[in-house]
Amino acid sequence: MILVWLLAILGAAAAAAAIAGRWSDAAPRWIALAAVLADFGLTLRIWLRAGGALRAGGWLRKVDWSWIPSLGIRFHLALDGLSLLLLLLTFSLGAVAVLASWRDVRTGVGFFHFNLLWILAGVAGVFLAMDLFLFYFAWELMLVPMFFLIAIWGHERRRYAAVKFFLFTQLSGLLMLVAILALALTHRAATGALTFDYGALIATPLGQRAALWILLGFLAAFTVKLPMFPFHTWLPDAHTEAPTAGSIVLAGLMLKTGAYGLLRFALPLFPRAARAAAPWLLALAAVGILYGGLLAFAQSDLKRLVAYTSVSHMGFVLLGVFLATAAPAGSAAAHWALTGVVLEMLCHGFSTGALFAIAGFLQERLHTREMARMSGLWAVMPRLSGAGLFFALAAVGLPGLGNFVAEFLILLAAYRVSPGLAAAGAIGILVSTFYGVELVQRAFHGPNRHGWRVPDMAAREAWALAPMMAALLWLGLYPQPVVRAAGASLRQIEQALAPPHTAAARLRAPAGKGTAP
Amino acid sequence: MSLGLPGWGLVLAAALFALGLAGVLARRNLLMILISIEVMLNAAGLAFIAAGAAWNQADGQVMFLFILAVAASEVAIGLALALRLHRETNSLDADAASRMRG
Amino acid sequence: MTGVPAIFGWLWLEPAIPFASALALLAVGRALGKRATAWLGTGAIAASSAVALRVAWSYAGTGGRGFTLPLWQWFAVAGFAPRVALYLDPLAVVMTLVVSFVSLLIHVYSTEFMAGSEGYARFFGYMNLFVASMLTLTLASNLLLLLLGWEGVGLCSYLLIGFWYPDEANGYAGRKAFIVTRVGDTALLLGLFLLFNRLGTLNLQLLMQRAAAHWAPGAAAAETAAFLLLGGAVGKSAQLPLQTWLPDAMAGPTPTSALIHAATMVTAGVYLIARTHALFALAPAAMSAVAGIGLATLLLAGCSALAQHDIKRILAYSTISQIGYMFLALGVGAWAAAIFHLMTHAFFKALLFLAAGVVIQAMHEEHDIFKMGGLRRTLPLAYWCFLFAGASLAGLPLVTAGFYSKDLILWSDYASPLGSTGLWIGALVGAFLTALYIFRLIFVVFYGPEREPPGHRPGPREQWPMVILAFLSMLAGFIDLPRALGGGDWLSRFLQPVLPTLAAGRVTELGELATDAIAGLVFFAGLYLIWLFRLQRPALTAALMAGAWPQRVQRFWLAGWGMDWLYEQALVRPVVAAARTGRNDPADAIFAGAGALTRGLNRGLSFWESGRVRRYAGWIAVGAIVLAALAVLG
Repeated sequence: MILVWLLAILGAAAAAAAIAGRWSDAAPRWIALAAVLADFGLTLRIWLRAGGALRAGGWLRKVDWSWIPSLGIRFHLALDGLSLLLLLLTFSLGAVAVLASWRDVRTGVGFFHFNLLWILAGVAGVFLAMDLFLFYFAWELMLVPMFFLIAIWGHERRRYAAVKFFLFTQLSGLLMLVAILALALTHRAATGALTFDYGALIATPLGQRAALWILLGFLAAFTVKLPMFPFHTWLPDAHTEAPTAGSIVLAGLMLKTGAYGLLRFALPLFPRAARAAAPWLLALAAVGILYGGLLAFAQSDLKRLVAYTSVSHMGFVLLGVFLATAAPAGSAAAHWALTGVVLEMLCHGFSTGALFAIAGFLQERLHTREMARMSGLWAVMPRLSGAGLFFALAAVGLPGLGNFVAEFLILLAAYRVSPGLAAAGAIGILVSTFYGVELVQRAFHGPNRHGWRVPDMAAREAWALAPMMAALLWLGLYPQPVVRAAGASLRQIEQALAPPHTAAARLRAPAGKGTAP
Repeated sequence: MSLGLPGWGLVLAAALFALGLAGVLARRNLLMILISIEVMLNAAGLAFIAAGAAWNQADGQVMFLFILAVAASEVAIGLALALRLHRETNSLDADAASRMRG
Repeated sequence: MTGVPAIFGWLWLEPAIPFASALALLAVGRALGKRATAWLGTGAIAASSAVALRVAWSYAGTGGRGFTLPLWQWFAVAGFAPRVALYLDPLAVVMTLVVSFVSLLIHVYSTEFMAGSEGYARFFGYMNLFVASMLTLTLASNLLLLLLGWEGVGLCSYLLIGFWYPDEANGYAGRKAFIVTRVGDTALLLGLFLLFNRLGTLNLQLLMQRAAAHWAPGAAAAETAAFLLLGGAVGKSAQLPLQTWLPDAMAGPTPTSALIHAATMVTAGVYLIARTHALFALAPAAMSAVAGIGLATLLLAGCSALAQHDIKRILAYSTISQIGYMFLALGVGAWAAAIFHLMTHAFFKALLFLAAGVVIQAMHEEHDIFKMGGLRRTLPLAYWCFLFAGASLAGLPLVTAGFYSKDLILWSDYASPLGSTGLWIGALVGAFLTALYIFRLIFVVFYGPEREPPGHRPGPREQWPMVILAFLSMLAGFIDLPRALGGGDWLSRFLQPVLPTLAAGRVTELGELATDAIAGLVFFAGLYLIWLFRLQRPALTAALMAGAWPQRVQRFWLAGWGMDWLYEQALVRPVVAAARTGRNDPADAIFAGAGALTRGLNRGLSFWESGRVRRYAGWIAVGAIVLAALAVLG
């Protein structure tokens, strides 16, 4: 029931913000902040009270109502360790997004927060939905308000960016819808029951060819959202042109829905097809890591630079996801890779979210994102520059900050699958140094060439950034609670990946004796 | 060559239709186009009557009555459109309406 | 089994105190006054040093065992469970003592040296973060934690080189240092993956045991792992082929150069190899590479030092060259000799930099030695410090620390089973070069006519650390006197449990005393030659440098053997060019192409929709006729 509350609070707050926006600019902000923080508190409470249930695996909370019985569609939400962590990320970045746009957004404040909360509800729905139709519903729910966010409150080329974003995600989403329908119909042909339930569909018997085609439909949606090279090109435009809150939500959360989809749906539903597709996707992931990093290095627009770093980092996520299928089923490497993926999702959410927030703060003050117009900002705003340095270093994968642990785990698994992949990833980390130091140099170091005189970080901004700094340090120095929280969920995914014959063999073999096949 | 009356009637209808079509394609004045369309409609009606006579069936005359009704309503709508267009463009040139393309 | 001294439980304070003070200084440092900043920054290092000293004191009685202090489980994922744990053994004791005491002295010096600079608190914040990272590096019980310290010191190096950020050149030097060392770190990272995947742990002690148990000497895996670690080490320690960042790193404040780029961080590579020597012992090819890199680096850098004008760049090349000696020692299996030289080098090179700082301050930020001169009388302390430290660096026989540590290396090169006469002769040539370049510097700066009266004179907080370091530069050698000279080799024996001396050396014609004597002769030969050319008959220098070839060679050496140029052409430019050309995202062309195709189709089709009613009617007619014809004829 609490899961419904999480969504209901956001929905009600969205409506309240839209209405309150008619009278006051401050009210929608406070409403949105309160709603997001309330959700954060509720989710945290679930975690704190989970205790041993987390380690045991299975769902911590679930809701399963009938929705459209004639089509076998149910309102089925469920929460496990993986969803829990991603929900916490969603609500914390949601709060940052509200704080970051406190002064940035001045027109249509009510409608802005209506859209923002609507997106968050969609994202949370994606992380919770256990009915594929409901999942698709939530998936599309994020899209329209994000389109408005970019098209109304965006920067100079907002129309182009919004349309591009919409076309890419909508088109790929439709392919996923086709795949979902194909899967459900195949399931009905096999069992006679029309259902969209995750637990039922996961057992659908599929031929390798059919599985591959249906997997491609899912991959289309997830790899575009992630994004994977070469489907990433909507991202730099959308991230750059979106308002600050939009960029934070896009990079911090929306990309994660793609990764979550891969973990939750693409791999467990089609383990063998995913294994067959793995070499291609691993290669594209490696290309994406290097390509994104190199292009980030060449950008002169601060937000665009950060956007390309996302391409590079999400390449690590993709690498980790498909390493789990490429590694022997149930091996330690698969678990390293998936744990690394979860950590990378969280850490990338914080580090990139924070960098976009900082880019927004700079734009508020300087009215430009062009790094050539910055230079030497350290002299005038040391605190904000120091924060920028910190998050740039997190993106660079400095040990002690969360991204390092994530990338180390993924590459450790990569080494076991193929040392060449690990080398490509390690070079990717090296390339991250290029853009990291370039960002710091061009924005913060150097002479204050343009004679800027602007105020340093305000308390509100510090409140938005400080928790993310703390989170990154925590994830870098003691990520064990997160590792533990995700562990059981990841184990389940890994079990689903084990080919049926080995699973059957494991059942047949008497415990302890381990007869060789 | 003996076509008989119905046969000549069909020939006449074809000739009228061709004339009407030529009018539609050649004239730019909307009123003349409407009149040409009227000629084509009546050519079709004549063809129906001739065919009905040839087969000794009343259907051809029934269809002619239909065509009369269609022609009347077509003229009503066509004139109304022509009037609107004249108000808008101050001319009855059919090609002047091409800016409605889209 | 004796009990574990209680003080070892407080070992974590050594890195924690500097780290806490660094956080405090970086977060609220601007609110503190300069006095409070200096006290906080230096006090933290003093406290850390006190802990280090107390720990060492207790450790001395434990007989060289290793102690692990587990702090917390970093993370544990499916059998990969690195802990944040510290490890104390003789090597760690020596390293922490050197690091914390040199840091303390340099911090005291900095309180005065940096007084006039912007960002006082930021400076001490970075410096303390550096000390914390360096101590983490030396105390880490596993390679992952070591890597944390390793990258941490690299970060601080980057930040401190670019400390005076308004000057673009400083930022460039900082970026260069960070990126070049990270090139090496990429190899190191791969080495970690390999080691863990093959041996199932990153704990240093276990790793070394398992390596010895699983791999035969010369096994491909051992060689690969050793080469990958070596890649990290040459990056951090500025050895060939990744040495190019260190001379530029001199853009940082002089105390930074003294601490990070001379005494401590750059020797981390030496420490890494000494730490993993059991692995290197299994990899003869990697060992030869270490020795070869060391020898090549020390000769190349020695030549380059001879050609520089910038006082700090001379010292930087000297550092590269001296670390080459340490690598040479490692490459022949003389682990303890490398650590001994690391220690003495930390003292005399830090002193050289501090004294150079005094000279530079006095000369109003002038770095060119040929614009100085005759400072012997006006800056006597700097002069004497340069003399002591320079003598130690060049190895003035019998009375200097550098003589003993370098001679141990020379002797090992000659006598070790892995050594050879060729290595020994190469090292002797290097010693000759050392005497040449350092006395060239001293003669040019402190002798001759006075060019410009010095401005700023050092105060007590600059003087005392220099005096102490001067003593150490002289006396530190006596803790490891060669047996042949009747001394006790205390340091080698203390390090023996961790860093064993190689078994019986090869049969040699010369004894240790004889090689010592030859090294002494080489020193005096170098000293005489440079005295002749610089002080006695300067006309000789002028005559020599008049030729075209000497000038060409000098320019070549001045430019560091053209390696910067080579990397610029072969690596930097292609990468930057690739990034620039790809700037607008060539992959977007696919989708832009799809868009263009759609627009083209639209344009093509809308041609037919002219908006002319009569044309439409005509086409209808044509269509009807065609259809009718088809119906009738077909």
